Amino acid sequence: MALVKSGKYLPLYGDIDAYVEVSDFYIDTIAVTKAKYLEFLRENPQWRKSNVKGIFADDSYLSSWPEDLDYGDGHPDEPVTNISWFAAKEYCKYQGKRLPTLDEWEYAAMADEKTRDAREKVSYNQYILSWYERPKRGNEIVGSTFKNVWGIYDLHGLIWEWTQDFNSVMIASESRSGGNDTNLFCSAAAVGATDLMNYAAFMRYAYRSSIKGNNTGNNLGFRCAKDGN
Amino acid sequence: MISFQKMLKSIVYISILFLIVSCKQSETQDAEILNATESSSNSEFSDMSIFNLPSAWTNQEGEDIALESLQGKISVMVMIYTSCKAACPRLVADMRNIAKQIPKDKTDQVQYVFVSIDPEVDTPERLKKFAIENQMDSPEWLFLRGTEEDTREFAAVLAMSYKRISPIDFSHSNIISVFNRKGELIHQREGLSVDSKETVAAIQNLLR
Repeated sequence: MALVKSGKYLPLYGDIDAYVEVSDFYIDTIAVTKAKYLEFLRENPQWRKSNVKGIFADDSYLSSWPEDLDYGDGHPDEPVTNISWFAAKEYCKYQGKRLPTLDEWEYAAMADEKTRDAREKVSYNQYILSWYERPKRGNEIVGSTFKNVWGIYDLHGLIWEWTQDFNSVMIASESRSGGNDTNLFCSAAAVGATDLMNYAAFMRYAYRSSIKGNNTGNNLGFRCAKDGN
Repeated sequence: MISFQKMLKSIVYISILFLIVSCKQSETQDAEILNATESSSNSEFSDMSIFNLPSAWTNQEGEDIALESLQGKISVMVMIYTSCKAACPRLVADMRNIAKQIPKDKTDQVQYVFVSIDPEVDTPERLKKFAIENQMDSPEWLFLRGTEEDTREFAAVLAMSYKRISPIDFSHSNIISVFNRKGELIHQREGLSVDSKETVAAIQNLLR
Protein backbone atom coordinates (compact mmCIF):
# COMPACT_ATOMS: atom_id res chain seq x y z
CA MET A 1 0.00 0.00 0.00
CA ALA A 2 1.04 3.58 -0.50
CA LEU A 3 0.77 6.25 2.17
CA VAL A 4 -1.06 9.36 1.07
CA LYS A 5 -0.32 12.35 3.29
CA SER A 6 -3.09 14.50 4.67
CA GLY A 7 -4.12 17.70 2.99
CA LYS A 8 -6.98 19.87 1.83
CA TYR A 9 -8.56 19.83 -1.55
CA LEU A 10 -11.42 21.48 -3.35
CA PRO A 11 -13.74 18.79 -4.68
CA LEU A 12 -15.68 19.23 -7.87
CA TYR A 13 -18.96 19.31 -5.95
CA GLY A 14 -19.64 21.29 -2.86
CA ASP A 15 -19.67 24.97 -2.07
CA ILE A 16 -17.11 27.25 -3.60
CA ASP A 17 -14.16 27.45 -1.21
CA ALA A 18 -15.51 24.45 0.71
CA TYR A 19 -12.19 22.72 1.11
CA VAL A 20 -12.30 19.15 2.30
CA GLU A 21 -9.67 17.86 4.70
CA VAL A 22 -8.33 14.42 4.03
CA SER A 23 -6.35 12.64 6.76
CA ASP A 24 -3.38 10.36 6.18
CA PHE A 25 -4.46 7.08 4.65
CA TYR A 26 -3.05 4.02 2.94
CA ILE A 27 -4.32 2.83 -0.40
CA ASP A 28 -3.48 -0.21 -2.53
CA THR A 29 -0.99 0.71 -5.24
CA ILE A 30 -2.85 -1.50 -7.71
CA ALA A 31 -6.49 -2.51 -8.19
CA VAL A 32 -7.65 -5.94 -6.99
CA THR A 33 -6.78 -8.53 -9.63
CA LYS A 34 -8.68 -11.55 -10.90
CA ALA A 35 -6.20 -13.86 -9.19
CA LYS A 36 -6.62 -12.08 -5.84
CA TYR A 37 -10.37 -12.10 -6.13
CA LEU A 38 -10.32 -15.81 -6.90
CA GLU A 39 -8.46 -16.39 -3.63
CA PHE A 40 -11.19 -14.47 -1.83
CA LEU A 41 -13.89 -16.56 -3.50
CA ARG A 42 -12.20 -19.78 -2.42
CA GLU A 43 -12.54 -18.68 1.20
CA ASN A 44 -15.91 -16.95 0.86
CA PRO A 45 -18.33 -19.16 -1.05
CA GLN A 46 -21.25 -16.81 -0.47
CA TRP A 47 -19.65 -14.38 -2.94
CA ARG A 48 -19.28 -16.89 -5.78
CA LYS A 49 -21.47 -15.99 -8.72
CA SER A 50 -23.78 -18.96 -8.29
CA ASN A 51 -24.37 -18.14 -4.62
CA VAL A 52 -24.44 -14.37 -4.45
CA LYS A 53 -27.81 -12.80 -3.67
CA GLY A 54 -29.34 -10.43 -6.21
CA ILE A 55 -29.68 -7.64 -3.73
CA PHE A 56 -25.87 -7.63 -3.33
CA ALA A 57 -24.86 -8.15 -6.95
CA ASP A 58 -26.82 -7.97 -10.19
CA ASP A 59 -26.84 -10.52 -13.01
CA SER A 60 -23.63 -9.25 -14.60
CA TYR A 61 -21.59 -9.96 -11.49
CA LEU A 62 -18.34 -11.62 -12.69
CA SER A 63 -20.05 -12.07 -16.05
CA SER A 64 -16.85 -13.00 -17.87
CA TRP A 65 -16.14 -15.87 -15.46
CA PRO A 66 -17.18 -19.21 -16.99
CA GLU A 67 -17.32 -20.90 -13.58
CA ASP A 68 -17.51 -19.89 -9.93
CA LEU A 69 -13.79 -20.41 -9.42
CA ASP A 70 -12.54 -19.81 -12.94
CA TYR A 71 -11.94 -16.37 -14.40
CA GLY A 72 -11.46 -17.78 -17.89
CA ASP A 73 -8.76 -16.93 -20.40
CA GLY A 74 -7.77 -13.59 -18.91
CA HIS A 75 -4.43 -12.80 -17.31
CA PRO A 76 -4.36 -13.31 -13.53
CA ASP A 77 -3.14 -9.74 -13.12
CA GLU A 78 -6.01 -8.14 -14.96
CA PRO A 79 -8.15 -6.05 -12.63
CA VAL A 80 -11.29 -7.86 -11.54
CA THR A 81 -14.37 -6.07 -12.88
CA ASN A 82 -18.13 -6.67 -12.86
CA ILE A 83 -17.95 -6.39 -9.10
CA SER A 84 -20.71 -4.82 -7.04
CA TRP A 85 -20.13 -2.31 -4.25
CA PHE A 86 -21.26 -4.88 -1.68
CA ALA A 87 -18.76 -7.42 -2.98
CA ALA A 88 -15.93 -4.89 -3.09
CA LYS A 89 -16.73 -3.78 0.44
CA GLU A 90 -16.69 -7.37 1.74
CA TYR A 91 -13.44 -8.14 -0.03
CA CYS A 92 -11.72 -5.20 1.62
CA LYS A 93 -13.18 -6.05 5.01
CA TYR A 94 -11.87 -9.58 4.65
CA GLN A 95 -8.37 -8.14 4.10
CA GLY A 96 -8.69 -5.97 7.21
CA LYS A 97 -9.12 -2.94 4.99
CA ARG A 98 -11.99 -0.84 3.66
CA LEU A 99 -12.92 0.91 0.44
CA PRO A 100 -11.42 4.37 0.04
CA THR A 101 -13.86 7.22 0.62
CA LEU A 102 -14.82 9.28 -2.36
CA ASP A 103 -12.75 12.18 -1.05
CA GLU A 104 -9.71 9.98 -0.46
CA TRP A 105 -9.95 8.54 -3.95
CA GLU A 106 -10.34 11.92 -5.63
CA TYR A 107 -7.56 13.40 -3.50
CA ALA A 108 -5.11 10.65 -4.44
CA ALA A 109 -6.22 10.80 -8.07
CA MET A 110 -5.43 14.51 -8.45
CA ALA A 111 -1.78 13.57 -8.68
CA ASP A 112 0.27 12.89 -11.77
CA GLU A 113 3.81 11.49 -11.87
CA LYS A 114 5.33 14.63 -10.39
CA THR A 115 2.78 16.68 -8.50
CA ARG A 116 0.13 16.07 -5.85
CA ASP A 117 -2.44 18.24 -7.57
CA ALA A 118 -2.14 18.16 -11.33
CA ARG A 119 -5.73 19.08 -12.07
CA GLU A 120 -4.83 22.35 -13.74
CA LYS A 121 -2.32 20.74 -16.05
CA VAL A 122 -3.45 20.34 -19.63
CA SER A 123 -1.54 17.10 -20.03
CA TYR A 124 -3.25 15.54 -17.00
CA ASN A 125 -6.74 16.34 -18.25
CA GLN A 126 -5.98 15.32 -21.80
CA TYR A 127 -4.66 12.00 -20.60
CA ILE A 128 -7.82 11.21 -18.65
CA LEU A 129 -10.20 12.35 -21.34
CA SER A 130 -8.46 10.45 -24.07
CA TRP A 131 -8.86 7.37 -21.87
CA TYR A 132 -12.58 8.06 -21.40
CA GLU A 133 -12.98 8.35 -25.16
CA ARG A 134 -11.14 5.13 -25.91
CA PRO A 135 -13.20 1.97 -26.06
CA LYS A 136 -12.26 -0.60 -23.44
CA ARG A 137 -9.49 -2.74 -24.83
CA GLY A 138 -9.51 -5.38 -22.13
CA ASN A 139 -6.61 -7.62 -21.26
CA GLU A 140 -4.68 -4.77 -19.71
CA ILE A 141 -3.02 -5.76 -16.47
CA VAL A 142 -2.68 -3.73 -13.29
CA GLY A 143 0.31 -1.43 -13.17
CA SER A 144 0.19 -0.81 -16.91
CA THR A 145 -0.52 2.91 -16.72
CA PHE A 146 1.34 5.66 -14.90
CA LYS A 147 2.50 5.61 -11.30
CA ASN A 148 1.60 8.84 -9.55
CA VAL A 149 3.67 10.83 -7.09
CA TRP A 150 2.25 8.83 -4.15
CA GLY A 151 3.35 5.56 -5.77
CA ILE A 152 -0.15 4.54 -6.87
CA TYR A 153 -0.76 3.02 -10.29
CA ASP A 154 -3.72 3.18 -12.66
CA LEU A 155 -6.03 5.62 -10.91
CA HIS A 156 -6.74 6.85 -14.43
CA GLY A 157 -6.44 4.85 -17.59
CA LEU A 158 -7.36 1.32 -16.56
CA ILE A 159 -10.76 0.98 -14.86
CA TRP A 160 -13.34 2.98 -12.89
CA GLU A 161 -13.30 2.23 -9.19
CA TRP A 162 -15.82 1.90 -6.37
CA THR A 163 -15.60 4.18 -3.36
CA GLN A 164 -17.09 3.61 0.08
CA ASP A 165 -19.55 6.50 -0.09
CA PHE A 166 -20.13 6.53 -3.84
CA ASN A 167 -23.76 7.33 -3.03
CA SER A 168 -22.89 10.65 -1.44
CA VAL A 169 -22.82 12.46 -4.74
CA MET A 170 -25.57 14.99 -4.94
CA ILE A 171 -26.13 16.44 -8.32
CA ALA A 172 -28.80 19.13 -8.34
CA SER A 173 -32.22 17.78 -9.16
CA GLU A 174 -30.96 14.26 -9.25
CA SER A 175 -33.15 12.22 -11.49
CA ARG A 176 -33.17 8.65 -12.55
CA SER A 177 -36.44 8.80 -14.34
CA GLY A 178 -35.65 11.01 -17.30
CA GLY A 179 -38.34 13.36 -18.54
CA ASN A 180 -38.29 17.08 -17.89
CA ASP A 181 -35.89 16.80 -15.03
CA THR A 182 -33.12 15.68 -17.35
CA ASN A 183 -32.61 19.15 -18.75
CA LEU A 184 -32.47 20.65 -15.33
CA PHE A 185 -30.19 17.85 -14.24
CA CYS A 186 -27.52 18.47 -16.87
CA SER A 187 -27.47 22.25 -16.83
CA ALA A 188 -27.81 22.51 -13.08
CA ALA A 189 -24.88 20.19 -12.62
CA ALA A 190 -22.69 22.14 -15.01
CA VAL A 191 -23.34 25.42 -13.24
CA GLY A 192 -22.74 23.95 -9.82
CA ALA A 193 -19.32 22.64 -10.66
CA THR A 194 -16.63 24.59 -8.86
CA ASP A 195 -14.13 23.78 -11.53
CA LEU A 196 -15.54 23.62 -15.01
CA MET A 197 -12.16 22.73 -16.42
CA ASN A 198 -12.22 19.54 -14.49
CA TYR A 199 -14.80 17.83 -16.61
CA ALA A 200 -13.00 14.53 -16.26
CA ALA A 201 -13.97 14.49 -12.61
CA PHE A 202 -17.42 15.57 -13.65
CA MET A 203 -17.83 12.34 -15.58
CA ARG A 204 -16.75 10.25 -12.60
CA TYR A 205 -19.27 11.99 -10.36
CA ALA A 206 -21.98 11.53 -12.96
CA TYR A 207 -21.20 7.86 -13.24
CA ARG A 208 -21.22 7.34 -9.48
CA SER A 209 -24.53 9.09 -9.06
CA SER A 210 -26.09 6.80 -11.63
CA ILE A 211 -25.33 3.46 -10.03
CA LYS A 212 -26.74 1.34 -7.24
CA GLY A 213 -24.82 -0.78 -4.78
CA ASN A 214 -25.61 -4.03 -6.55
CA ASN A 215 -24.76 -2.79 -10.04
CA THR A 216 -21.69 -4.10 -11.82
CA GLY A 217 -19.89 -3.01 -14.97
CA ASN A 218 -17.19 -4.50 -17.13
CA ASN A 219 -15.10 -1.41 -16.60
CA LEU A 220 -15.73 -1.07 -12.87
CA GLY A 221 -13.40 -2.57 -10.30
CA PHE A 222 -11.91 -1.46 -7.01
CA ARG A 223 -8.93 -1.22 -4.68
CA CYS A 224 -8.84 -1.08 -0.88
CA ALA A 225 -7.63 1.48 1.62
CA LYS A 226 -6.88 1.80 5.30
CA ASP A 227 -6.65 4.61 7.87
CA GLY A 228 -3.22 6.17 8.33
CA ASN A 229 -1.14 5.91 11.55
CA MET B 1 -5.19 26.12 -22.05
CA ILE B 2 -7.89 23.86 -23.31
CA SER B 3 -9.84 25.70 -25.96
CA PHE B 4 -13.37 26.78 -25.21
CA GLN B 5 -14.64 24.87 -28.22
CA LYS B 6 -13.07 21.68 -27.00
CA MET B 7 -14.55 22.20 -23.58
CA LEU B 8 -17.98 22.76 -25.07
CA LYS B 9 -17.64 19.58 -27.08
CA SER B 10 -16.86 17.68 -23.95
CA ILE B 11 -19.80 19.12 -22.09
CA VAL B 12 -22.11 17.97 -24.88
CA TYR B 13 -20.43 14.60 -24.72
CA ILE B 14 -20.96 14.41 -20.97
CA SER B 15 -24.60 15.37 -21.33
CA ILE B 16 -25.08 12.50 -23.75
CA LEU B 17 -23.38 10.18 -21.32
CA PHE B 18 -25.82 11.34 -18.65
CA LEU B 19 -28.76 10.51 -20.84
CA ILE B 20 -27.40 7.09 -21.66
CA VAL B 21 -26.64 6.36 -18.07
CA SER B 22 -30.02 7.50 -16.80
CA CYS B 23 -31.92 5.52 -19.44
CA LYS B 24 -29.93 2.41 -18.65
CA GLN B 25 -30.58 2.95 -14.99
CA SER B 26 -34.34 3.01 -15.28
CA GLU B 27 -34.26 -0.14 -17.39
CA THR B 28 -32.27 -2.09 -14.84
CA GLN B 29 -34.49 -0.85 -12.08
CA ASP B 30 -37.61 -2.13 -13.78
CA ALA B 31 -35.92 -5.42 -14.54
CA GLU B 32 -34.95 -5.83 -10.91
CA ILE B 33 -38.40 -5.05 -9.69
CA LEU B 34 -39.77 -7.62 -12.11
CA ASN B 35 -37.23 -10.20 -10.94
CA ALA B 36 -38.25 -9.62 -7.38
CA THR B 37 -41.90 -10.24 -8.10
CA GLU B 38 -41.19 -13.40 -10.05
CA SER B 39 -39.00 -14.98 -7.46
CA SER B 40 -41.28 -14.44 -4.51
CA SER B 41 -43.11 -17.73 -4.68
CA ASN B 42 -41.66 -19.60 -1.72
CA SER B 43 -42.15 -18.63 1.89
CA GLU B 44 -38.47 -17.84 2.53
CA PHE B 45 -37.50 -14.39 1.32
CA SER B 46 -35.86 -14.09 -2.07
CA ASP B 47 -32.43 -12.93 -3.20
CA MET B 48 -33.77 -9.45 -3.80
CA SER B 49 -35.20 -9.01 -0.32
CA ILE B 50 -33.85 -6.32 1.99
CA PHE B 51 -34.20 -8.89 4.77
CA ASN B 52 -30.88 -10.24 3.49
CA LEU B 53 -29.16 -7.14 4.84
CA PRO B 54 -27.36 -8.16 8.01
CA SER B 55 -27.75 -4.76 9.61
CA ALA B 56 -29.17 -4.18 13.09
CA TRP B 57 -31.33 -1.18 13.92
CA THR B 58 -32.79 0.53 16.96
CA ASN B 59 -36.34 1.93 16.97
CA GLN B 60 -37.83 5.00 18.64
CA GLU B 61 -38.55 2.95 21.77
CA GLY B 62 -34.87 2.06 22.10
CA GLU B 63 -35.52 -1.58 21.11
CA ASP B 64 -33.17 -3.49 18.81
CA ILE B 65 -34.86 -4.52 15.63
CA ALA B 66 -33.81 -6.48 12.55
CA LEU B 67 -35.21 -5.59 9.16
CA GLU B 68 -36.39 -9.16 8.96
CA SER B 69 -39.00 -8.42 11.61
CA LEU B 70 -40.84 -6.35 9.00
CA GLN B 71 -41.61 -9.56 7.18
CA GLY B 72 -45.34 -10.01 6.57
CA LYS B 73 -46.09 -6.31 6.35
CA ILE B 74 -45.94 -3.91 3.45
CA SER B 75 -43.26 -1.35 4.19
CA VAL B 76 -43.21 2.22 2.99
CA MET B 77 -39.76 3.65 3.64
CA VAL B 78 -38.06 7.00 3.48
CA MET B 79 -34.69 8.24 4.72
CA ILE B 80 -34.63 11.52 6.64
CA TYR B 81 -32.94 13.23 9.59
CA THR B 82 -34.89 14.92 12.34
CA SER B 83 -33.01 18.23 12.45
CA CYS B 84 -33.81 18.77 8.79
CA LYS B 85 -35.70 21.95 8.08
CA ALA B 86 -36.19 21.89 4.33
CA ALA B 87 -37.13 18.72 2.51
CA CYS B 88 -37.83 16.36 5.40
CA PRO B 89 -40.98 18.03 6.75
CA ARG B 90 -42.37 17.70 3.26
CA LEU B 91 -41.37 14.05 3.08
CA VAL B 92 -43.07 13.52 6.44
CA ALA B 93 -46.17 15.24 5.07
CA ASP B 94 -46.01 13.04 1.98
CA MET B 95 -45.85 9.91 4.12
CA ARG B 96 -48.80 11.09 6.18
CA ASN B 97 -50.71 11.85 3.02
CA ILE B 98 -50.04 8.33 1.70
CA ALA B 99 -51.09 6.76 4.99
CA LYS B 100 -54.35 8.73 4.97
CA GLN B 101 -55.35 7.17 1.68
CA ILE B 102 -55.00 3.61 2.93
CA PRO B 103 -58.26 2.15 4.34
CA LYS B 104 -58.31 2.19 8.15
CA ASP B 105 -58.96 -1.52 8.46
CA LYS B 106 -55.68 -2.21 6.60
CA THR B 107 -53.51 -0.04 8.83
CA ASP B 108 -52.09 -3.02 10.68
CA GLN B 109 -50.80 -4.46 7.40
CA VAL B 110 -48.67 -1.47 6.48
CA GLN B 111 -45.52 -0.27 8.23
CA TYR B 112 -44.35 3.27 7.57
CA VAL B 113 -40.64 3.46 8.19
CA PHE B 114 -38.36 6.46 8.61
CA VAL B 115 -34.66 5.62 8.50
CA SER B 116 -32.33 8.27 9.91
CA ILE B 117 -29.33 9.32 7.84
CA ASP B 118 -27.94 11.08 10.92
CA PRO B 119 -27.59 8.24 13.45
CA GLU B 120 -25.22 10.28 15.61
CA VAL B 121 -27.81 12.94 16.39
CA ASP B 122 -30.97 10.88 15.96
CA THR B 123 -30.95 8.91 19.18
CA PRO B 124 -34.02 6.79 20.02
CA GLU B 125 -35.14 9.55 22.42
CA ARG B 126 -34.93 12.10 19.70
CA LEU B 127 -36.79 9.87 17.26
CA LYS B 128 -39.50 9.32 19.85
CA LYS B 129 -39.82 13.07 20.36
CA PHE B 130 -40.01 13.56 16.60
CA ALA B 131 -42.74 10.91 16.38
CA ILE B 132 -44.80 12.61 19.06
CA GLU B 133 -44.34 16.08 17.54
CA ASN B 134 -45.57 14.79 14.22
CA GLN B 135 -48.50 12.82 15.67
CA MET B 136 -46.87 9.62 14.53
CA ASP B 137 -46.67 7.96 17.90
CA SER B 138 -48.62 4.84 16.98
CA PRO B 139 -47.53 1.35 15.92
CA GLU B 140 -47.80 1.90 12.15
CA TRP B 141 -45.00 4.47 12.34
CA LEU B 142 -41.51 3.14 12.82
CA PHE B 143 -38.35 5.22 13.22
CA LEU B 144 -35.02 3.48 12.77
CA ARG B 145 -31.43 4.30 13.42
CA GLY B 146 -28.40 2.12 12.63
CA THR B 147 -24.63 2.43 12.36
CA GLU B 148 -23.11 4.80 9.80
CA GLU B 149 -22.04 1.82 7.74
CA ASP B 150 -25.40 0.06 7.78
CA THR B 151 -27.14 3.30 6.91
CA ARG B 152 -24.83 3.83 3.94
CA GLU B 153 -25.52 0.24 2.89
CA PHE B 154 -29.25 0.63 3.18
CA ALA B 155 -29.05 3.78 1.04
CA ALA B 156 -27.05 1.86 -1.57
CA VAL B 157 -29.92 -0.60 -1.87
CA LEU B 158 -32.43 2.19 -2.37
CA ALA B 159 -30.18 4.11 -4.80
CA MET B 160 -30.53 6.95 -2.34
CA SER B 161 -27.71 9.50 -2.06
CA TYR B 162 -26.85 11.60 0.95
CA LYS B 163 -23.95 13.64 2.16
CA ARG B 164 -23.26 15.68 5.26
CA ILE B 165 -22.78 19.22 4.00
CA SER B 166 -22.37 21.01 7.31
CA PRO B 167 -22.27 19.92 10.95
CA ILE B 168 -26.07 19.98 11.08
CA ASP B 169 -27.21 19.55 7.51
CA PHE B 170 -27.31 16.84 4.88
CA SER B 171 -28.18 16.98 1.26
CA HIS B 172 -30.11 13.92 0.24
CA SER B 173 -32.32 12.53 -2.46
CA ASN B 174 -36.02 12.38 -1.72
CA ILE B 175 -37.21 8.88 -2.40
CA ILE B 176 -40.17 7.00 -0.95
CA SER B 177 -39.90 3.23 -1.49
CA VAL B 178 -42.56 0.55 -1.18
CA PHE B 179 -41.57 -3.02 -0.28
CA ASN B 180 -43.82 -6.06 -0.38
CA ARG B 181 -44.33 -8.44 2.53
CA LYS B 182 -41.14 -10.28 1.60
CA GLY B 183 -38.97 -7.18 1.60
CA GLU B 184 -38.71 -6.82 -2.16
CA LEU B 185 -38.66 -3.35 -3.68
CA ILE B 186 -41.84 -2.84 -5.67
CA HIS B 187 -42.11 0.87 -6.23
CA GLN B 188 -40.08 4.05 -5.84
CA ARG B 189 -41.16 7.61 -6.08
CA GLU B 190 -38.67 10.42 -6.28
CA GLY B 191 -39.22 14.08 -5.58
CA LEU B 192 -41.03 16.28 -3.09
CA SER B 193 -44.78 16.69 -2.88
CA VAL B 194 -45.10 14.63 -6.03
CA ASP B 195 -48.55 13.20 -6.64
CA SER B 196 -48.82 10.18 -4.36
CA LYS B 197 -51.36 8.40 -6.55
CA GLU B 198 -48.93 5.83 -7.93
CA THR B 199 -47.44 5.09 -4.53
CA VAL B 200 -50.88 4.59 -3.00
CA ALA B 201 -51.86 2.39 -5.94
CA ALA B 202 -48.73 0.28 -5.44
CA ILE B 203 -49.61 -0.24 -1.77
CA GLN B 204 -53.25 -1.03 -2.51
CA ASN B 205 -52.17 -3.51 -5.12
CA LEU B 206 -50.08 -5.31 -2.51
CA LEU B 207 -52.95 -5.26 -0.02
CA ARG B 208 -55.16 -7.15 -2.40
